Amino acid sequence: MNNKQKGDILLEMKDVVIDGFSDDRWHEIIKGIDLTIRRGEVIGLIGESGAGKSTLGKAAMGFAQPGCRLTSGSIIFDSQELMTQPEKQKRKLWGSKIAYVAQSAAASFNPAHRLIDQTTESGIRHGLMTKQDAQADAIELYRAMQLPEADTIGFRYPHQVSGGQLQRAMTAMAMTSRPELIIFDEPTTALDVTTQVEVLASMRDAVAKFNTAAIYITHDLAVVAQMADRIMVLRYGETMEEAETTKMLKNPSHEYTKSLWSVRSIEKKATTSTDKILEVNNVSAAYGKNLNVLHDIKISVPRRKTVALVGESGSGKSTIARVVTGLLPANAGEVLFNGEPLPAALSGRSTKQLQKIQMIYQMADTAMNPRHTVGEIIGRPLEFYLGLKGEAKETRIIELLEMIELDESFFDRLPGELSGGQKQRICIARALAAEPELIICDEVTSALDQIVQEGILKLLLKLQNDLGVSYIFITHDIATVRAISDEIVVMLEGKVIEQGMKDEIFSPPHPEYTELLLSSVPEMDPNWLTELLKKRATG
Amino acid sequence: MLPGDFGQAILGQRALPETVAAFRKELGLDQPAYIRYLDWVGGILTGDFGQSFSGRNSSGMDRSRTVMDLLDQRLKNTLFLATMTALVAVPLSLFLGITAALYRNSLYDRVINATTLTTISTPEFFVAYILILFFSSLWGIFPSLANVDPRDTFDERLYKTILPALTLTLVIVAHMMRMTRAAIINLLASPYIEQARLKGISSAQVILRHALPNAWAPIATVIAFNLAYLVVGVVVVEVVFVYPGVGQLMVDAVRTRDIPVVQACAVIFAGTYIILNLIADIIGIITNPRLLHPR
Repeated sequence: MNNKQKGDILLEMKDVVIDGFSDDRWHEIIKGIDLTIRRGEVIGLIGESGAGKSTLGKAAMGFAQPGCRLTSGSIIFDSQELMTQPEKQKRKLWGSKIAYVAQSAAASFNPAHRLIDQTTESGIRHGLMTKQDAQADAIELYRAMQLPEADTIGFRYPHQVSGGQLQRAMTAMAMTSRPELIIFDEPTTALDVTTQVEVLASMRDAVAKFNTAAIYITHDLAVVAQMADRIMVLRYGETMEEAETTKMLKNPSHEYTKSLWSVRSIEKKATTSTDKILEVNNVSAAYGKNLNVLHDIKISVPRRKTVALVGESGSGKSTIARVVTGLLPANAGEVLFNGEPLPAALSGRSTKQLQKIQMIYQMADTAMNPRHTVGEIIGRPLEFYLGLKGEAKETRIIELLEMIELDESFFDRLPGELSGGQKQRICIARALAAEPELIICDEVTSALDQIVQEGILKLLLKLQNDLGVSYIFITHDIATVRAISDEIVVMLEGKVIEQGMKDEIFSPPHPEYTELLLSSVPEMDPNWLTELLKKRATG
Repeated sequence: MLPGDFGQAILGQRALPETVAAFRKELGLDQPAYIRYLDWVGGILTGDFGQSFSGRNSSGMDRSRTVMDLLDQRLKNTLFLATMTALVAVPLSLFLGITAALYRNSLYDRVINATTLTTISTPEFFVAYILILFFSSLWGIFPSLANVDPRDTFDERLYKTILPALTLTLVIVAHMMRMTRAAIINLLASPYIEQARLKGISSAQVILRHALPNAWAPIATVIAFNLAYLVVGVVVVEVVFVYPGVGQLMVDAVRTRDIPVVQACAVIFAGTYIILNLIADIIGIITNPRLLHPR
């Protein structure tokens, strides 16, 4: 048997067409893609949401995503044609020869079973291992994935371990049957950057150790650069460009590929002002009667400037927003707005005070009433705060729509008819309608694609210039911080680690945590992860 | 409050007001409501449901029976019928629900859905008479009367109870079966179900091992609801089959304004609901590791 050598073709997809069902008919969502993977090779699939990455990744297993069908073309895995094979046959490959690692490990582990039972399930079901062997092997794999307490962690339920640990356990689960191909579907997208580094490193080691071929799906070029030997760029179900990783990073030939990291091209010169619009002094806060989640917070926001709140999930960023807006009254400390103390609770604040602080949310979808038209959504604060009615209100709504670079044709549309970026723009217009002095933006670009993100960030900068609003910008994405902020506040476990001008924070020396956070942000250099791990190991 | 008065009902329209008053006094009905209530609660707490009003005769011998005595055999009969129905209906609806989810949208699924919907949409007395028509009148397999007697052997009892149990099964299967099917199908869109499929697990295993364990809470709630119905809501079926159950007893007691019996039945019915729902909640908790094994 000579066909198991590294470099031999493992999977060959030719002219694959996949249809998806929507609006009562079938649409082509993958339009004839070729993809070849050799044994031991890692290929990166990159593109925006809706590009068809996941669909293509699952098709490599011969699996049609729910609501999709494999229409034509050929998918040959290890000399078996998966396109026409019945599911019963393909099931013998799934979980044994080909494994899948999903985006959200938290949702993809069954809440009803212990980790180890799920890890060993495919090995036992496929008759590859006995239960004892499978459990011993799973524990070895947990250790290889550097999970803490490898001997016992498998006996916990999914909700008892952290997101990063789950993601590693899922990679271990994929490895149990020593597959020849693993499909990683955005495995680190839901993780914090600091966790992402560890997960990436252990996934890369595992793939190298067992000489597994892999398809690595992501929208983050810098991440894929660490993992893949070759990168394929997808857009609207078509291949834009395919090349060796180093070559593509150095010299992307396609316009679209270049635009993928365009957010990184926004540069804002950081300035500050001594005129503070908001000061948060020694604030502590807790949810209910629980322990404090904010400890002695002291930050300030200069007028007409942007302060970015950075930190991992759970660090208390959004809680600060809730304290400032009055949704969560602080236990201690005070919030000064324009030099005057704000009542802690929402109910104690005057309409004027409410009007001057507005908020924009991460999920534009859920932040708007799906039954209200755009005109009603934007018109509501105009009526409530400014008392505008009839003609005057309508004129103002159209003005606002122009401000967010949409036109009056949007007036009667419902949120469901808008794209993600357009929805977020409507939310911005709604905040602006109140004529606020301070807008709190809570992860407003996190759910959006790179190019759409760029548009929203540029719009926010332009509005700041024209209208002089101040922003508190909550995000975990360092690239966004670089693009938009004047000052930065770094947070960890409900405490402020440091606050300062952007240039100061980004230039060394850093406090330990800031150092960890900044160094964890993936860079385009394919050697970045290797170098970083080397550096961390030597300390 | 139940309108009407036992004294008036038993002595008739032409009774003299004095007679009624004397009769009320004997039964303690002249006491204020709160005292009667406290007496009654005190009695229940010491296991005494009181004395039935019927059978009393203010001028002669007291042939009335205690409520416990009246209820005893009736309750046993009701529980016998309920248990028998449950033992058939619950496994049957789980099986139908799971297989319908497994072969969803197939002909099998549609036939089962249509059939169970038909049986639940038909009034239960109608189902009962249809069964009687075929199984007793035409084919003569089962008796049309289910007048069980304490002296019956277990087999005789079983034999007599088959038609009412079958009627009730047809009435409650649809609800439980459809809930099982819906609870499972609801979960099939979960990422962990797709993950299980991508691990090469067969469809049947995906449903049994990955969907069902997460679906127990809603299924248990519906089962509890239907089991409670078997105890408290089957009076129509009891009447059709002349089955001596608690439902008939309560209806008779209401008709004769026999308050102590009505109260005792109400307590039993309420208790049934509470206990069964409590069990359903406990099942919901022990099948959810998030609640059973906190972080």
